[in-house]
Amino acid sequence: MTNQMNASRKASGPKLDATPAKPTVKAAAKKSTRVRAVKRTPAEVTRLTEFYRQMLLIRRFEERAARSYTQALIGGYCHLNLGEEAAVVGLLSALAPTDYLFTNYREHGYAINRGIDPNRVMAELYGRIDGVSKGWGGSMHMFDLTHRLLGGYGIVGGQIPLATGAALAIDYRGGSDVVMCTMGDGTTNVGAFHESLNIAALWNLPIVYVIINNRLGMGTTVEKSSAEPELFRRGAAYRIESARVDGLDPLAVAEASAQAVAVARSGKPYLLEVVSERLRGHSVVDPAKYRSETEVAQLREHDPVVTFGAQLVRDGVIDANGMAAIEHEVTARVDEAAAFAEASPTPDVATLFDYNYATPVANDSRRLPGQPLFEPAPRPDLGEDQ
Amino acid sequence: MTTMTYRQALHDTLRAEMLRDENVFLLGEEIGVFEGSYKITAGLLAEFGEKRVRDTPIAEEGFTGAAIGAAMLGLRPVVEIMTINFSLLALDQIVNHAAKIYGMFGGQAKVPLVIRTPGGGGQQLGATHSQNIELYYAFVPGLKVVAPSTPADAKALLMAAIRDDDPVLFLENLALYNTKGDVPDDDTPAEIGKAAVTRPGRDLTLIGYSRMAHIAAQVADQLAASDGLDIEVIDLRSLRPLDRPTIIESVMKTHAAVVVEDDWLTYGIGAEVAATISDGAFDYLDAPVRRVAMAEVPLPYSKPLETAALPSVDDVINAVHQTLDAVGRRHQKVGHD
Ligand SMILES: Cc1ncc(C[n+]2csc(CCOP(=O)(O)OP(=O)(O)O)c2C)c(N)n1
Ligand SMILES: [Mg+2]
Repeated sequence: MTNQMNASRKASGPKLDATPAKPTVKAAAKKSTRVRAVKRTPAEVTRLTEFYRQMLLIRRFEERAARSYTQALIGGYCHLNLGEEAAVVGLLSALAPTDYLFTNYREHGYAINRGIDPNRVMAELYGRIDGVSKGWGGSMHMFDLTHRLLGGYGIVGGQIPLATGAALAIDYRGGSDVVMCTMGDGTTNVGAFHESLNIAALWNLPIVYVIINNRLGMGTTVEKSSAEPELFRRGAAYRIESARVDGLDPLAVAEASAQAVAVARSGKPYLLEVVSERLRGHSVVDPAKYRSETEVAQLREHDPVVTFGAQLVRDGVIDANGMAAIEHEVTARVDEAAAFAEASPTPDVATLFDYNYATPVANDSRRLPGQPLFEPAPRPDLGEDQ
Repeated sequence: MTTMTYRQALHDTLRAEMLRDENVFLLGEEIGVFEGSYKITAGLLAEFGEKRVRDTPIAEEGFTGAAIGAAMLGLRPVVEIMTINFSLLALDQIVNHAAKIYGMFGGQAKVPLVIRTPGGGGQQLGATHSQNIELYYAFVPGLKVVAPSTPADAKALLMAAIRDDDPVLFLENLALYNTKGDVPDDDTPAEIGKAAVTRPGRDLTLIGYSRMAHIAAQVADQLAASDGLDIEVIDLRSLRPLDRPTIIESVMKTHAAVVVEDDWLTYGIGAEVAATISDGAFDYLDAPVRRVAMAEVPLPYSKPLETAALPSVDDVINAVHQTLDAVGRRHQKVGHD
């Protein structure tokens, strides 16, 4: 990450200008990859445009999710990736389709960017049968084997041992896939994080642990929750190579992610800290009163979608018409997703017990709350047959 | 048929399953070089190597969770948790993850995982090392919980558990490892979810599992000799699912029941069994269902205190007597035989 970026973001958050720990931080992750006005090949133009399109899709999707939530079309908890679009798009750009992804509950953007049909992601939010998890998971629990998204997980840190085990399975079979496991900054304080990193290092597992450091748990800052607030340094305790990258710059993230994935593919774990922003509350219902007006205003100045879009226009990668076309296309896509979700049926109550067990088992209970455990037994004393 | 210990049956079955399916592998603390705290995995590291017999760090949450993740990708890990007491450190991974993944993702990922772990008590291990907390897992839909009491069941249920596509908590018992029994040579897995009537009888149903199934059998023998009572014994074998029909069928025949459990009485497994009987056979009962369970204390170290807190054969005999006395059936019985 650039020093300039450190300086500009210091005001709105904790100090992030870690002089990188010498042996652990790769030069690649430090180097600025900000777009400069240079001639670009058509392939580069396509790639940059696609990055922007993906980021905007996440942005508009999440805004739509927030709206649907306030309209009570979505229930439960709903955590958004607003502000993390560059991180999501950059990170996943380094994964092959056969690689595995485990995330936390803030995962709509990851699901879409992994290639899952936004219709099905929205339908899951709506609790409908066409949802990625057939309406069983909701916002926090999206899963799609085809796209190798092996789950969003609602328990803070729960995904970390699981992802480690997936990497173990890959290693066991001698495969070349890798696992990426994302988590928040606050999550690095759970025991499962430390147990998992230790295991991955001991067993040389092909996994990239990613910390999305948006500098807040729910409302608690990194400094208040992490004794070592430069979170990437925690890799050192396990001799895991680690780096920190500017999460508002999709290209920097992409490069750092490619580096991390390469290490994992060579059979070693990697820890990547992506310094990011959360533009709104912890979840849709959180008014985030613990943040000052100035802080929020500053956040908006660093809005990664706006910044990246402006950069591309300035650099002549996309013109105004092109931007409008992307906006139009993305908005239509999200509208379609919402319409699809609303039209999708809710799951049939008769399927309530369909997923109790994968292997059918004797005496499995299929009783609804009001039903008796047993049919009333005959009363021989009243002359009923036994 | 071969006579062997419960330990040997477990060992041989693990080995056979590893030979049968290369996706089966073992992980846990001290199971390799040290050959397991209770030597169930003795010799397996030498035979199968480190890939399939993995010594883990002391990190129950980490390695249990890793086993779940590996199972999601189609491997069939068998985790050893040194004793069930330490499984509490993996509770989140077992309850919030292993048990949830199949249903919560709409049936897209199976978790073919076995967690082997012994319960116990009566070994003077003190409060933290003597608990029988299988109930915590039996409470949770999505898990299967089995508890063999004999070497034959240890084999048949372990085979079933390893071949099952769901997470199975496989409860062993410290006091049973050295017990002997006949084990069939054929490879027929048991059916999970089924109890066994291990001794048919007419006068009262005595229900237990794991070590308590042995206590129940002992009581039945003793009361047959001393009182001429004909007691039916049910070994639950499976705590989730619970085989309610077998329990009800028995009580409809015997009209009385006593449950023997090695856990605490309040909210315990016996409470579930008693509620089941009251629900399904209330009109058939001659007397209230009695539960014989541990005293509700953290289990003490000192032998007399420990002994006093654990259910004994005499405690069960008393409970049977009281149950039958309450309706005057013991006296009739004694008169007849
Ligand atoms: C084990 C557990 N404890 C607490 C919570 C409640 N909780 C949900 S998100 C969250 C904050 C997590 O912060 P961080 O790891 O920084 O991730 P972020 O939400 O910022 O992406 C908390 C405390 C939970 N879901 N699970
Ligand atoms: Mg955070």
